[in-house]
Amino acid sequence: MNRHLLSAGDLSREDALKILDTAEQMATVGDREVKKLPTLRGRTVVNLFYEDSTRTRTSFEVAAKRLSADVINFSAKGSSVSKGESLKDTALTLHAMGADAVVIRHAASGAPHRLTQWLDAVVVNAGDGTHEHPTQALLDAFTMRQRLGRDLDGAKVAIVGDILHSRVARSNVQLLHTLGAHVTLVAPPTLLPRDMQTWPAQVSYDLDAALGDVDVCMMLRVQAERMTASYFPTVREYSRRYGLDGRRLALMPKEAIVMHPGPMVRGMEIAGEVADSSRATIVEQVRNGVSVRMAVLYLLLTQDSTGQGTA
Amino acid sequence: MSWLIKNASILGGEQQDMLLRDGVITEMGKDLQDGEAEILEAAGLIALPGLVDLHTHLREPGREDAETVRSGSRAAALGGYTAICAMPNTNPIADTAGVVEQVLRLGQETGLVDVQPIGAVTIGQRGEHLAELGTMADSAAQVRIFSDDGHCVADPVLMRRALEYVRAFDGVVAQHAEEPRLTEGAQMNEGEVSSQLGLAGWPAVAEEAIIARDVLLAGHTQSRLHVCHVSTAGSVELIRWGKQKGWQVTAEVCPHHLLLTDEQAHSYDPVFKVNPPLRTAADVQALREGLADGTIDVVATDHAPHAAQDKECEWAQARPGMLGLETALSIVVQTMIETGLLDWAGVAERMSITPARIGGLNGPQRRGAAGGPIAGHGRPLALGEPANLTLIDPAARWTVEAASLASLSRNTPYQGFELPARVSATFLRGNATVLDGKVQL
Ligand SMILES: [Zn+2]
Repeated sequence: MNRHLLSAGDLSREDALKILDTAEQMATVGDREVKKLPTLRGRTVVNLFYEDSTRTRTSFEVAAKRLSADVINFSAKGSSVSKGESLKDTALTLHAMGADAVVIRHAASGAPHRLTQWLDAVVVNAGDGTHEHPTQALLDAFTMRQRLGRDLDGAKVAIVGDILHSRVARSNVQLLHTLGAHVTLVAPPTLLPRDMQTWPAQVSYDLDAALGDVDVCMMLRVQAERMTASYFPTVREYSRRYGLDGRRLALMPKEAIVMHPGPMVRGMEIAGEVADSSRATIVEQVRNGVSVRMAVLYLLLTQDSTGQGTA
Repeated sequence: MSWLIKNASILGGEQQDMLLRDGVITEMGKDLQDGEAEILEAAGLIALPGLVDLHTHLREPGREDAETVRSGSRAAALGGYTAICAMPNTNPIADTAGVVEQVLRLGQETGLVDVQPIGAVTIGQRGEHLAELGTMADSAAQVRIFSDDGHCVADPVLMRRALEYVRAFDGVVAQHAEEPRLTEGAQMNEGEVSSQLGLAGWPAVAEEAIIARDVLLAGHTQSRLHVCHVSTAGSVELIRWGKQKGWQVTAEVCPHHLLLTDEQAHSYDPVFKVNPPLRTAADVQALREGLADGTIDVVATDHAPHAAQDKECEWAQARPGMLGLETALSIVVQTMIETGLLDWAGVAERMSITPARIGGLNGPQRRGAAGGPIAGHGRPLALGEPANLTLIDPAARWTVEAASLASLSRNTPYQGFELPARVSATFLRGNATVLDGKVQL
């Protein structure tokens, strides 16, 4: 396995399956009375969050603590970061503090790559701009495996929404491809990259047509500001053409599931009745996030520099 | 001092001796003798007229931590240049006679290359009101090139007026072609790589739309348009079309656009961030062909020094631009000569003769007293001509080390590249500014 987790594309099929299998073991820790493993005792994990994301930050924090690591939350608010310290200087500080792993969330695509050039710690990308969010893709794959009750070879996944600006979509397309799933991206042409011939995915502008034989329909958040920038005319029209409502849910095979990485905009990309239905996995995704992040931290922090596991 | 240059290959052709005296080539031929002159053995070296750069950012006044007129002049001389044109996006902006005269004076004080200030087209480069173009033209700096470079003169009416107005003093508007609405937040070429990296795309059409409009305006106004840093295959086609119409359109290409592609962005290292951005391999090929067939007239560096903190950061926060003066000739040798697309005479044409003509720097040499326009560049290496020339070792190979460049900044995209050809010596009006690859100041 690579030293860092920067992109879902860095994971081989073997790596990805190892993380998912390890996450299954980690999930049992959460069911114990003492929800802790001693594995990362004495190791320091820094959560470096330049964007507010209580959900992801908390998920990593719980994951690290369940592995007995020391956790430092270095958030943009109330630290030198907000006083304009550069990413490089922050990296040098974390390096001096002896961080073993840095989990970074940043609004700039590629910020985690830059970080690896300035410190020794293992870097985990917790979402960088419009680039990637690999642990989200891993927890999504974990949830799919769990719900579908099988490996993802041949699974049909539709990802619907603002593909152009979505780090979740970029990571999911790569990981799902690695795991053998077939991905269809559904969006208006304005919300798809112009050049994506090399992406291992089909593209459709027609949600109804895409839903007929899916196993998974993953809805992405669409920010209202995209409307003011003319990516689509109105919220109402977007939701009419690309929102998942009860009628569209009925078009899907009965056992197919509905996913959403959150936060959702009910009534926009997803109707309340769909979000609350038993077909939706939204709450499980959050719970699975902890197990998957435990697996990632565990595997990255216990392998030696050649990528071999030592634990 | 006089110099006797022995056995230099003139434009890569016949070997001749040249005697440089009082700023002029006073003798040319075989086996020249001169008792007083310093002798420079130039067998194996190629003599070109001193290079002329139409597009240099010197950062002074305002960002002397990134570059000064002096440090930029050193870099230029080492790159084989005898004249450079300083872009006006300084602080303050060079949009008045006062600022262009300050830059002119700083250049004269350094004295390593002639520094010709470029004036801003609009006040503060804000694209709203014309700057006092005529006053800058009439100033001691005798400005003939006007540009809002860094910004596009996006307003079509303003662009039309600027093109028309500068005709009164044979000026030219050098356009940074970038439709601003199509590039809001843009970080790199829009294509497969940007879609993968999640960096906002800078589409080719944003450049081409402005070039198409401006070529038509140049035709309509019968004025001179110069297109800065052409970067796409489509732009080459549009310029070719404008030239076929017989309109006064010239264009430049930067060395980095002749060599590098957007694949470099995979590193997320903003040393590869530049505006316009690095494009695709197909664009690189079209630019090389356009430069070879004369559609693109000149190579210009767009030398853009940036302080370390403006590059050692996230891609999106980094300033665009890269160093170019000290590597331009080598990149042109690698991309144009080694590929057989140009010979040395062709290089002289595109890096000296034509840029000097576009910038109005090719008048007969001024003698003695200060004042008068900068002149004497891009002229033939011949008897009685000004002794502005550079000697190049075509067989040398060298490895680019950012730390050993003369520029105050370190943002070269070629760190560690092994490049062909090295400037051995440069002469400005018969004075050696570079000898044995070392600047003489
Ligand atoms: Zn420019």
